Amino acid sequence: MSRSILRTVAIPLVAVVLGLLIGAVLILSQNASPSTAYTALLVGGLGDADAVLRTLQKATPLIFGGLAVAFAFKAGMFNIGGQGQLLIGAVFAAGVGFGIDGLPMVIHLPLALLAGAIGGAIWGGLAGTLKATTGAHEVIVTIMLNFVAGNLTDWLSANPWKDNSGNNIVARTPLVEDSATIPTLGAVPVGFLLAVAAAATCWLVLERTTYGFEVRSVGHNRNAARYSGIKVGWIMGSTMAVAGMLAALGGAVESLGVDGRFEAGVNVGLGFEGITIALLARANPLGVIPAALLVGLMEAGASRMQFKAGVAPELIDVIQALILFFVAAPIIIRWLLRMREDTSEQLQLGAGWGKS
Amino acid sequence: MSEVLLAAENVTKQFPGVLANDDVSIRLRPGRILALLGENGAGKSTLVNVLFGMYRPDSGQVVIKDETVDLHGPDDAISRGIGMVHQHFQLVPPMRVVENIVLGDEPTKRGLVDLDEARNRVVELSERYGLEIDPDALVEDLPVGMQQRVEILKALYRNADVLIMDEPTGVLTPQEADHLLGVLRELTETGLGIVFITHKLREVLAIADDIVVLRNGKVVGETTPSQTSESGLAEMMVGRSVVLQVEKSVATPGDVVLKVNELEVNDDRGQIALDGLNFEVRAGEILGVAGVEGNGQRELVEAITGLRHPSVGVMEIDGEQLTSGSPRQITKKGVAHIPEDREKHGVVAVYSVAENSILNRYHRRPFSIRGILRRDVIRGHAQDVVDEFDVRTPNVLVPASSLSGGNKQKLIVGREFSDEIKLLIAAQPTRGIDIGAIEFIHRRILEQRDKGTAVLLVSAELDEILGLSDRIAVLYDGKIMDVIDAQDADREKIGLLMAGITD
Amino acid sequence: MGQVMKPQQRQLLYAGLTVMLVVIWIFYSANGPQTTAVLAGTVRAATLLALGAMCGMIGERSGVVNIGIEGQFLLSAFAAFTIASMTGSLFMGTVAGIGMGLMMGWLLAAMAVGLKVDQIIAGTVLNIAALGLTSFFYDRSRSLGMGKYTNIDLGPLADIPLVGTVFFSRPPLTYLTMALLVVVHVALFRSVWGMRTRAIGEHPGAADTVGIDVLRLRYLNVTLAGGLAGLGGAYLALEAVGTFSRAMSGGRGFLALAVMIFGRRTPFGAYAAALFFGFTTALQNQFQLNNTFDIPPQFVGMLPFVVTIVVVALSGLVGSMRDPAALGQNYEKG
Repeated sequence: MSRSILRTVAIPLVAVVLGLLIGAVLILSQNASPSTAYTALLVGGLGDADAVLRTLQKATPLIFGGLAVAFAFKAGMFNIGGQGQLLIGAVFAAGVGFGIDGLPMVIHLPLALLAGAIGGAIWGGLAGTLKATTGAHEVIVTIMLNFVAGNLTDWLSANPWKDNSGNNIVARTPLVEDSATIPTLGAVPVGFLLAVAAAATCWLVLERTTYGFEVRSVGHNRNAARYSGIKVGWIMGSTMAVAGMLAALGGAVESLGVDGRFEAGVNVGLGFEGITIALLARANPLGVIPAALLVGLMEAGASRMQFKAGVAPELIDVIQALILFFVAAPIIIRWLLRMREDTSEQLQLGAGWGKS
Repeated sequence: MSEVLLAAENVTKQFPGVLANDDVSIRLRPGRILALLGENGAGKSTLVNVLFGMYRPDSGQVVIKDETVDLHGPDDAISRGIGMVHQHFQLVPPMRVVENIVLGDEPTKRGLVDLDEARNRVVELSERYGLEIDPDALVEDLPVGMQQRVEILKALYRNADVLIMDEPTGVLTPQEADHLLGVLRELTETGLGIVFITHKLREVLAIADDIVVLRNGKVVGETTPSQTSESGLAEMMVGRSVVLQVEKSVATPGDVVLKVNELEVNDDRGQIALDGLNFEVRAGEILGVAGVEGNGQRELVEAITGLRHPSVGVMEIDGEQLTSGSPRQITKKGVAHIPEDREKHGVVAVYSVAENSILNRYHRRPFSIRGILRRDVIRGHAQDVVDEFDVRTPNVLVPASSLSGGNKQKLIVGREFSDEIKLLIAAQPTRGIDIGAIEFIHRRILEQRDKGTAVLLVSAELDEILGLSDRIAVLYDGKIMDVIDAQDADREKIGLLMAGITD
Repeated sequence: MGQVMKPQQRQLLYAGLTVMLVVIWIFYSANGPQTTAVLAGTVRAATLLALGAMCGMIGERSGVVNIGIEGQFLLSAFAAFTIASMTGSLFMGTVAGIGMGLMMGWLLAAMAVGLKVDQIIAGTVLNIAALGLTSFFYDRSRSLGMGKYTNIDLGPLADIPLVGTVFFSRPPLTYLTMALLVVVHVALFRSVWGMRTRAIGEHPGAADTVGIDVLRLRYLNVTLAGGLAGLGGAYLALEAVGTFSRAMSGGRGFLALAVMIFGRRTPFGAYAAALFFGFTTALQNQFQLNNTFDIPPQFVGMLPFVVTIVVVALSGLVGSMRDPAALGQNYEKG
């Protein structure tokens, strides 16, 4: 048992180490000290209660984003639309958060989260439904929906939902009501707890329910799923809707718990990190949590790293890309570790654009 | 002229867990046809792949035209005059015949492919060998017999003096197969040597000059048609005496269970695949559907099991109209389905044996209650299936991909037979599995019939159809040519119907 | 050859072209300068899409999906801009862009063909890596001292009204792209290389059995195709914009894939599709410039992306647009 766990985490772990090592070379190339930089990174992410809070806050949308990719993976779909789904979730949660007042928190906060979740479910479900009905490849559609969502949320926050207080010229919504703000328990944001609960729920649904069995069947063998009476189109549509909902919740938590509002351009790029997280977690919903914490820590410490060691925070993006490369091409690490191939861990998504 | 055209000498080839070829030697002389006979998994394909340069032997050697060679790839074998006609045609469907033939060895003019020259050469070749073909037809528009001809021309274009034919008659009617054997015989008169791989005993006796029988990777016999018989070959192939025909009692048909009326179904490309089908299957009888593959069998099975919606017509199961029913509605009526492609439809490779044993019944009690899977019940059920249907597996938690083809098939049959069923749709139920598993599955199908199940058996193996069916429907070009009682059926008659000839 | 058109399709095409020419003529008579500006903008936007589409189609014809064109554009644009700014030579910058594209193509091939990484994931790695690397190394202080590529008039051709401005008074990389369309067309549908390329995308097993090295040809093609995307990056930085900015490819690497599908994986088809997409972009710019209609810019900005979704959805419904049969599948021998 422990041996198999070791085997499972070996590749992601080595991928992270390799990513950091190459990152160190890049730091050297900028005439900075890797040890100073990485120490600053660590302290910035874990050094005190504030740092931990920051890490947990950063990790929260990453967990949701990672789940959004991992859940779709299970049905054999690649959801690159986390970015758009997150934006939709963020803007609608903010909309309900500032647009309604006078509600008690027990109603207002869930309502705002729900608004974001529904927006994301529609955004993701659209891609899944198009795939099921017309065969349009979800990768293209979700990428396009990212751009559409970017424009749509820009417009919403610059026009009908614009913050007109003072002489604000930025495209952003007003601050959400207190009754729609996600509280923090000590150093632990409640949003983070929500994210962990979501991960556990995803795992239970996938492994223990008939719906999860249907999702996995579609992911592993679409033909056999059809043969066994599963409505493949419905599973594709609903899985993408769930995925969209998860990503959107990440955005909603950002709006309601971190930023306090939606502001155009603030969340850009966040949605793509879900891909790295999901691959690092080998598409296991529970594995998403440590993977997101790791990346969250790096992001929380990045500004301290810049301040202390003079290394551009974009280094984190490069390290993430490297980690993604190594987990995506596990054969390199397997060769380094002299490990034998395990076919069950391979992910296969590629297929034509037109057919399902 | 060389003494030996092609030979394997003491070839051994090991794969993880399997000794595929164990000290195998064969020898082909000019102008002769060497039949390589063996069950699925006996090592025929491995040997051929070694001869064609796809695999390198662990030990032993390949001899081509009296010369020991070290083949580095198919192109090496091709350039030495070895041509291969694969069981699954290696043709590019949306390309033309001429392009397919010259691919890899294209005539050029000013750096571009010279299609006119290519066309001339193909026409010249087809005239010389009497293999008529339209060089500009798209391969995907050609019937399988013609596609096979393209494959042969492809080898001849490369000046092959050895042709390796891998199970070449599986896709042909008996008459087409006879015609092919004639063509091959004529080709040998020019000095060509042919390696003919098959598991069909009759063909071996009809065409071979020399026979080599493989079992479990070893050569277990060398003989000639004059020295042996079908039963002798079968015994050599399996290693024990084999009942070529399963015992079976007379059927006692009951009520109509499946009734199909004026059924019209389209294929994936939107062309009519089934054109106004009418037939019925009664409880306690087996209706065999014979025919060359690609004449609508797949669409028929898919239409009946709900995987494909008919465009016109009516289908009734047990008196209920289910023409556009979903697979689940149809399964619920007591219909079991052994799918033709077990890897594609029958099992989920990465799922455990246990998960596969509930693949189409996970949603029902006792396997799940209110949407929650009950893992203990599922495992217990899987163990029952494994025990009762002799599925050889270490336990029910290993992935299905670790099972052999025969064991996967027994798992599927076990799953489908674990309920009371009214109608069984069995499509190619014994394709690609060993004789032991074939016998087992045949007996189980007959048992179902005797219990009063209506059985629709679709098979490309005429022997299987003749051995099991009570009545036989012959499908050609999407139509049923005729339905005949099994007593009145013989190969000749069915073969003509399979080719669309009715008088 | 390759993609044969049915007579009805051909008639439809001619009818469409005629209608288009008439419409252009009417608009040109009504407002010459503006029509010219829109059409010139169309060609400008189409060039990048056409290069990306050619990169994508060579990969897909060989059976490899390239979803990393966006990243190839971006990193090549960065390389082209940086080298041009360092050396003061647009030509050197262009060479660097192409070189970077080749390297990215090689990397994609190494992952998708060599290491058998899922092709979609491999492309995503390129995209994320390109965004990270260009952001990390981006140096705000750099600029192109000598300015960007300028228009070259093709003698008297440039003096033809409308057509001259639109097609024959363009900067060099646009001409190069037009020439490459012809080269790639001939190569794909007439040459030995093209025939083999199409074969390995449709049925790699068949190609293998006649001695074509499937993996090597895929490696080569994906790498070479990267050069086309690299040229696209150079075009973006040195000819279209004249500078580099973060994430400047702005999704056009993905749009190029839609253009490729719409153009049925043929160079000329892709160029027609690219012109159509380019037209929506050019129109959008004109609207914004003139305030012609009261449409928020965000909605106009969505247009190409919405069009792409519609195109991809339709391509699934219209059966005639068939993917190469082995697209997206890694090839295992034997």
